[in-house]
Amino acid sequence: MQYLPNIVFAIVLIAGIGFFVKNVKKLARNIKLGKEVDVSDNKSQRWKNMAMIALGQSKMVRRPIAGFLHVVVYIGFIIINIEVLEIIIDGIFGTHRVGLKILPTSAYGFLIGAFEVLAVLVFVSVILFWIRRNIIRLQRFWKSEMTSWPKNDGNNILYFEMVLMTLFLVMNATDVHFQDLNSGNVISQFIEPWFSGLSNSTLHFIGRGAWWVHIIGILVFLNYLYYSKHLHILLAFPNTYYGKLQPKGQLNNLEAVTKEVKMMMDPNVDPFAAPPAGTENDVPAKFGASDVQDLSWVNLLNAYTCTECGRCTSECPANQTGKKLSPRKIMMDTRDRLEEVGKNIDTNKGEFKDDGKQLLDDYITREELWACTSCNACVEACPVSIDPLSIILDMRRYLVMEQSAAPTELNNMMTNIENNGAPWPYNQMDRLNWKND
Amino acid sequence: MSELLKVPTMAEFMAQGKQPEVLFWVGCAGSFDDRAKKITKAFVKLLNKANIEFAVLGTEESCTGDPAKRAGNEFLFQMQAVTNIEVLNAYEVKKIVTACPHCFNTIKNEYPELGGNYEVMHHTQFLKTLLDDGRLTIEGGKFKGKRITFHDPCYLGRANNVYEAPRDLIQKLEAELVEMKNCRRNGLCCGAGGAQMFKDAEKGDKEVNVERTEQALEVKPEIIAAGCPFCNTMMTDGVKAKEKEDDVAVMDIAELIANAQDL
Ligand code: SF4
Ligand code: SF4
Repeated sequence: MQYLPNIVFAIVLIAGIGFFVKNVKKLARNIKLGKEVDVSDNKSQRWKNMAMIALGQSKMVRRPIAGFLHVVVYIGFIIINIEVLEIIIDGIFGTHRVGLKILPTSAYGFLIGAFEVLAVLVFVSVILFWIRRNIIRLQRFWKSEMTSWPKNDGNNILYFEMVLMTLFLVMNATDVHFQDLNSGNVISQFIEPWFSGLSNSTLHFIGRGAWWVHIIGILVFLNYLYYSKHLHILLAFPNTYYGKLQPKGQLNNLEAVTKEVKMMMDPNVDPFAAPPAGTENDVPAKFGASDVQDLSWVNLLNAYTCTECGRCTSECPANQTGKKLSPRKIMMDTRDRLEEVGKNIDTNKGEFKDDGKQLLDDYITREELWACTSCNACVEACPVSIDPLSIILDMRRYLVMEQSAAPTELNNMMTNIENNGAPWPYNQMDRLNWKND
Repeated sequence: MSELLKVPTMAEFMAQGKQPEVLFWVGCAGSFDDRAKKITKAFVKLLNKANIEFAVLGTEESCTGDPAKRAGNEFLFQMQAVTNIEVLNAYEVKKIVTACPHCFNTIKNEYPELGGNYEVMHHTQFLKTLLDDGRLTIEGGKFKGKRITFHDPCYLGRANNVYEAPRDLIQKLEAELVEMKNCRRNGLCCGAGGAQMFKDAEKGDKEVNVERTEQALEVKPEIIAAGCPFCNTMMTDGVKAKEKEDDVAVMDIAELIANAQDL
């Protein structure tokens, strides 16, 4: 029976990690539903972007308060979790504070002391975050797309961190042996008196309890990620790596269209001849995007990475002037639809069965799409290199090239370009008239 | 005055067996829009003044396809692009300058993949090099001490990271450059991009150009400087909507410099 805790621990650990791996696989499969794009170029620039933007959080700090608090929580959380290593070893082997056996007391004390300080810093930052969200009610957290789950999700993680940090400190404060060492209990020594008068066995019980809840909490947190915008703590890295490198104004040229245009313009091609064998595969079934499978896999990775921070939306000129468009909502819709498609595939044994729905209209309305000025403010604002504009553009392409469903004025503009080489109904032969006006 | 404008075409250069230093891509707005034509002329005056051998395509120029592309019509865009590239390549054009950030962006970034490789400059960048090289000088401080704010065109600024050239030019005028609350990479769109110029805006509380004009008026400028014919129209409309047209002028940087010279 003495091994029971070790066995229970191992089971909890394996179950927690196993479930996480399962979800990661599903995540990868869903992202791969997107269309292939070549992102193998410019590796050094990509690594640099990842280091600067994801690791260095260079774009986070453009909003100094949020940026600073975020850096504290980020660094604190990562470093404190070194402690998890000790927890896992202790849990599996039934040891207690194995670090003390390996390190000199002073070194161990230094480490734990640093963790305790960070825990307090994280705790305070998280409280400030909570206040910004719920009391100051920063506008971008109270837009129409931020209801129910997206709203709770943001708070949940804050509560989570508060609890985890508290547990860590309580764990130390109730550890009589650790307190007796009087090394590294920089914060927990002030918490210890709260428990004075309790018997050693009660203290031990509380300490063990905190220890168990702490590790289970971390496993729950890990598995919560998949369902949450907090997936960004993992995906920010690949996402910034694969982020757009070209100038923001450069929109991709559809290759399939290039082929068709070349054919149309080539005087040597007989337009009525049957296409040579094998070429029919070159023409895509669809121009532009009406559902998530038509988007590139980078778009889909973007959707899973979105932190729903709303920096894009708060910079968007359309949104600022009360139009329906919100680039954050574009990303959230894409993720929601992708999840729905993923579940559909799961229930239909690996195959997607038409569910009569699509990203266009069922999630993203045409009104939203047509309100975009392609100004790239959203792309500039995003702290994790997400490009909502490319999704908007691909969906407009579908509307125009597949459905001929552009607003009338735009159709007029396009007819003018086709006929007169200008968006207005002027004659191309008058193009130099300004000279003599 | 206008009869003094020298505007040779590529065809004329070709006929003489010569190449101009630079092709001036006028753009649809610069060719047809009454307000934008003034910008075109101001820029030509500066080119003439600096004795630049330039040429325009004239009737051989066609829309770059920018509004079609951004509206989602990739077919029409590529048809326009390929046609334009054929003309440009036939004239062996190497260097292009344009006063329209949309033309600038499209030719610079989207044409290369389709076979059109040129050195492309926005007219503010080009003017800056002329000043730096001493080929053009600004004298006479008509705008000296005037409060001027610059509206960053999205397709010049964020889209292509050109922020300083237009500002350097304003400073050369010894004017007082005041920045709006949203400027440079945080600039607010004028509302015309992405083919919005050619349609009514979606329902909202406000027009984007009015919002942007309010930001501009907040810094109490005498002049709102623009570097894009579409921004120019949008800001002019915004100023009118705010009934400030008697106090605040909207001018392109090329016009500012040409005016300072009394050209
Ligand atoms: S590119 Fe479109 S969605 Fe993005 S900020 Fe500009 S208008 Fe909004
Ligand atoms: S797209 Fe980027 S800026 Fe917009 S909400 Fe998501 S993470 Fe934030």
